[in-house]
Amino acid sequence: MSEQLDQALSRKYDAGFVSDIESETFPPGLDEDVIRRISAMKEEPEWMLEWRLRAYNNWLDMEEPDWAHVHYPKIDFNAISYYSAPKSMADKPQSLDEVDPELLRTYEKLGIPLYEQEMLAGVAVDAVFDSVSVVTTYRAKLEEAGVIFCPISEAVHKYPELVKKYLGSVVPRSDNYFAALNSAVFTDGSFVYIPKGVRCPMELSTYFRINEENTGQFERTLIVAEEGSHVSYLEGCTAPQRDENQLHAAVVELVVMDDAQIKYSTVQNWYPGDENGKGGIYNFVTKRAICHTNAKVSWTQVETGSAITWKYPSCILKGDNSVGEFYSVALTRGRQQADTGTKMIHLGKNTKSTIISKGISAGNSNNTYRGLVSMGAKAEGARNFTQCDSLLIGDRCGAHTFPYIESRNPSAIVEHEATTSKVSDDQMFLCQQRGLDPEKAVSMIVNGFCKEVFKELPMEFAVEAGKLLEISLEGSIG
Amino acid sequence: MLKINNLHASVEQKEILKGLNLDIKPGEVHAIMGPNGAGKSTLGFILSGREGYEVSEGQVEFNGEDLLDMAIEERARKGLFLAFQYPVEIPGVSNMAFMKESVNAIREQRGETPLTATEFLKKAKEACKQVQLSLDFLKRGVNEGFSGGEKKRNEIMQMILLEPSLCILDESDSGLDIDALQVVANGVNSQRDGKRSFIIITHYQRLLDYIKPDYVHILANGKVVKSGDASLATDVEKEGYAFLGQDNAEETNA
Repeated sequence: MSEQLDQALSRKYDAGFVSDIESETFPPGLDEDVIRRISAMKEEPEWMLEWRLRAYNNWLDMEEPDWAHVHYPKIDFNAISYYSAPKSMADKPQSLDEVDPELLRTYEKLGIPLYEQEMLAGVAVDAVFDSVSVVTTYRAKLEEAGVIFCPISEAVHKYPELVKKYLGSVVPRSDNYFAALNSAVFTDGSFVYIPKGVRCPMELSTYFRINEENTGQFERTLIVAEEGSHVSYLEGCTAPQRDENQLHAAVVELVVMDDAQIKYSTVQNWYPGDENGKGGIYNFVTKRAICHTNAKVSWTQVETGSAITWKYPSCILKGDNSVGEFYSVALTRGRQQADTGTKMIHLGKNTKSTIISKGISAGNSNNTYRGLVSMGAKAEGARNFTQCDSLLIGDRCGAHTFPYIESRNPSAIVEHEATTSKVSDDQMFLCQQRGLDPEKAVSMIVNGFCKEVFKELPMEFAVEAGKLLEISLEGSIG
Repeated sequence: MLKINNLHASVEQKEILKGLNLDIKPGEVHAIMGPNGAGKSTLGFILSGREGYEVSEGQVEFNGEDLLDMAIEERARKGLFLAFQYPVEIPGVSNMAFMKESVNAIREQRGETPLTATEFLKKAKEACKQVQLSLDFLKRGVNEGFSGGEKKRNEIMQMILLEPSLCILDESDSGLDIDALQVVANGVNSQRDGKRSFIIITHYQRLLDYIKPDYVHILANGKVVKSGDASLATDVEKEGYAFLGQDNAEETNA
C-alpha cells in the first residue's frame, strides 16, 4: 500500500505543480517566522499569534518524551512543512478510478456510499452532492438550539472571547512536547459550544464539519459544555483516511461545567504503514477534560490505525461528585505500536472513575496500556475501578500494562483488575466446527472481547467498529 | 455415509488409533464404547479435523468425499457435527449471534438463503425448548458461566439448529444427572429421522438406555475389538471392560 501511496505522491509531481499551490505550501522547517506566516494566512488577531509564539518558545525548551513503549526513528521537525494550502481540484485524483483499489475495497466492505468514498479518498468533486443540503439542515437545527459548531479558525474570529477564555485552559501550552508543538502550529479543528441547559439535538460528528480539508496534521479541538448541558461528539470515521502527513499531533480540550455531560467517541483508523511498518502515521495526541461539580465525561475510543499511537485521554475530576469514564479498544497488528491509556485525576469529593481497556495484539505488534489513577488529598470517598484486558493473537506480538496508582486520601478506593488471554485453539476449533472460517472466528472472538466497550459507542458507530475490527484482523491469523 | 478404513492416527507422535474400521449408513446410530484412553475422543476429533492429530494411514469417506482432505469448517458445512465433551466459553459473544452466524454459514453451503433475524429466532426458541434451556441462554455469552449440564444441553440445542447429517456426540452424558440425561437423550431422539446418522461416544451404557443404538462397538487400544447390537452395551455394563485385557494381549502378541 505504501508503494501505491508513493505512486500517488509521485503522480502529483508528474502532473506538475500549479504555481499558486507551490507558493501556498511552506518549505519545510519551523521558526518564529513560519508561525507568523501561519497566523497571517489565517488572518488571526494579534493575541492568537502571541499565544502561538509563546507555545513555540515553550516547545523550544522542551525535550521529546521517550518514556513510551514505542520505538521509531527520531523525528526531524525541520523536515516537516507546517502549512500547506488545500489541494487544488487539478491536483486531486479526478475520479475513484485513480484511487488505490485496496482502499476502495475496504470502503466497499464497510458499506460506504459512493459519494462519501469520493470525499474520503480526496477525489476532486464539486461539493454539490447531497452533503451540502445535509450540512445546511444540520446547521440550521444546531443554530436553533444555540449550539455553536464550527472550525476553530472561524471561532477565533467570531467568538474570540470564548476561545481566549478556554483555549489552553485544560491543556496548557507547555503541557507536553507535542501539545506545545500543536499550540504553536495548529492548523484547524473543531470548536463546540453548548449553552447552559441545552441538550444538543444531535450527535456532532467531525464528518459533517464543513472544512474537511487540511485539519489532519495538527488538529485542535475545543468543546465547552455550559452548566447542565449535554453533548455527544464523534471524531474520525471507520474508513481508512488518506493523509500524506506522517506526523499527527492533535490536542483536544473539553470543559465540562457543573452538571454538564460530554460523551466523546473516537474511531481512529489512520494508515498503519506497510508490513514492515514503513510509511504509517505517527499519532501523538493530548486529550483532556476538566469536570466541574456533578459533571461527567466519557471517553470512548476505538484505535486500529497509525504506526504509532501515543494517546491518553484524561479527566481532571475537579468538582465534587464528578465522573470520568474511559472505554478503549486498541488493536495493533503488523508492526504497529500503541501506547495508550488514560489519566484520572481525582481532586473533588466523591468523584468516580471507570476505566475499561481492551488491548488486542496480533502480528508483530506491541500494545501497551498506560494509566494513572491519582487520588488527591481532598478526594474524600473517591472511587476508581479499572479493568485492563489484553488479548493476544499469535505468538510474535506483545501486550504490556503499566498502571500507576497514587492515593493521598485514605478514604479513596482504587480497584484494578487485569487479565491477559490468548485466542485459544479450543475456541477456534469450536467456531470452525460450527462452520465459521478462521477469520470470521477470530473476529467474532475479538468482538466478544470488546463488547463492554462497544456498548458504550453510539449505536451506528458500534456496528461500524465491529466491522472495522473484522477488516483489520484480516490476514492476521495463521 | 461414513466409511472409515484402517485409520491410524497419533498425537504428539504417540499412536492412538491403530487401524480402525467403521461403516455407517444413513439413519444408523452407532455407539462407541470403551475404557479410558482407548481413543474414543480422538476418533471424534480426527473426524472433525482438529489440529494436532496426525493421520498416518487409512481413509475416511464422508458422503463419497475424502473427509480427511477437508478443512474443519468445510466438514462442518457439509453436515458433520461434533457435540463437545468440554464445550469452551467464548466470552462476550452471544449464543444467539454465534449460532446465527453458524446456521447461515451452513445454509450458504447448501445453497440456501440466510435466515433473517426473525426466522432464526423462531427456530432458536424451538430448539431451546426441546432441550429445556430458558431463552436467556440465547442472550448469554457462548457457554459463559453455564453449568456442566447446561453446556451439554447447549450442544444438543446447536445440533438441533444446524440439522447435520452426521452427529458425533463425545461423552454428552458425562457429568449429567438423570433428568439432564433424559433431556439430552430426548433431544437426540427427536433428530432421528431415518436419514441422519449418529456416533455416540460414551463410557457408560447409561445413555444407551435412552438412545437405542443400532450397533455398539467396543474400542480398545485404538481398534474396534468387538461389534454387536444394543445388547453388547448391556454386557459391558455387567462385566466391565476387563474382558478386553485378554483380547488386547492376544492382539499385541499376534
